[in-house]
Amino acid sequence: MGEMEALRKEADNLKDQITEARKVVQDTTLQEAVAGTALVGRVQLKTRKTLRGHLAKIYAMHWGTDTKFCVSASQDGKLIVWDTLTTNKVNAIPLKSSWVMTCAYAPSGNMVACGGLDNMCSIYNLKGKDGNVKVMRELAAHTGYLSCCRFLSDSEIITSSGDCTCVLWDIETGTEKTIFAGHLGDCMSLAVSPDFKMFISGACDFTAKLWDIREATCRQTFSGHESDINAIGFFPNGNAVITGSDDATCKLYDLRADQELVTYQDSGIMCGVTSLAPSLSGRLLLAGYDDFNVNIWDMLKAERVGVLAGHDNRVSCIGVSSDGMACCTGSWDSFLKIWN
Amino acid sequence: MARDMSDIDILKMELEQLKKEVSTPREPVSKTSKDIMEWCEAASATDLLITGVPDDKNPYKPEKGGCIIT
Repeated sequence: MGEMEALRKEADNLKDQITEARKVVQDTTLQEAVAGTALVGRVQLKTRKTLRGHLAKIYAMHWGTDTKFCVSASQDGKLIVWDTLTTNKVNAIPLKSSWVMTCAYAPSGNMVACGGLDNMCSIYNLKGKDGNVKVMRELAAHTGYLSCCRFLSDSEIITSSGDCTCVLWDIETGTEKTIFAGHLGDCMSLAVSPDFKMFISGACDFTAKLWDIREATCRQTFSGHESDINAIGFFPNGNAVITGSDDATCKLYDLRADQELVTYQDSGIMCGVTSLAPSLSGRLLLAGYDDFNVNIWDMLKAERVGVLAGHDNRVSCIGVSSDGMACCTGSWDSFLKIWN
Repeated sequence: MARDMSDIDILKMELEQLKKEVSTPREPVSKTSKDIMEWCEAASATDLLITGVPDDKNPYKPEKGGCIIT
């Protein structure tokens, strides 16, 4: 038997062991556990604001922390920081590269970041002395597109890339602190745990991985999706992970039981999930799809309880404000909408 | 990384990871799903997208009789 064959056999053996170990603790299902819980009532959210200003497809948006400001990125080559209450543009930042795929707001509110087909993550200081917003750092080392980025603080940011890795950067020095390798396909999305100790990544190898930031290791790997994972998020208490995929489903994975708990799917939904965000309690899962809609799921009962229909093109990004009061959707139709 | 690695190196990397993951501590689903359910139900009471925001407390709802011109 060749070395490849032997290794493959060993890997399959270990995968079987893991599958068995997961079955052993599967003494019930989430569906059984919530059998006595009533379905959450029909959720009908209205568009309260429409943020107009981008001139091309919006690819990403991110709420600030403890604020009604958010940042959006469009392939018109601009990052816009919005005051969602007034719909005013606080900052309109022209980008060197218009092929932007992601953006992020630092928890402090002092910085925003973005990146895309330029393979770099550019950090912008919003609170510069002269009032002008300038590029503070260009984090370059990825050999593939930047699909997602999230700040840990003003001095650290995590990026995911089409080069199949995620990287933890020191913003001050502009260098890579840690490279998280393991995915076998483009990393499409990442999310940081509520306690900032872990992060999760979703990739085109159909898996989601949980990483320990300081130990620099992959703790757990979750499979089950039948296509690329485009969107990923933490359940608000940090003990579960939600993924959205091109296979038209979302899944909830339990970190402590190390397995999938439920799949959010409907025979009527045949298009990919582009984005997702849980509500503050985690009871609602808002997911954006290629068919221009956002479906709202009761996360415990795994049933659809609402739809946000208002965009004229794909919903590419979605986020819930940190106080849980409003949801923002961004679309290829160039508009952002605020709903509650 | 995976793009630059040979097939055999990729397999070795996978194997190393699987060996670690075999010994992941796993708690029973009965306990973990109960915890998620309880956490969720407790937090739902103050989840504004579920309870709704009364018009007079909704910063996004324009005041009656006025409009914001931007």
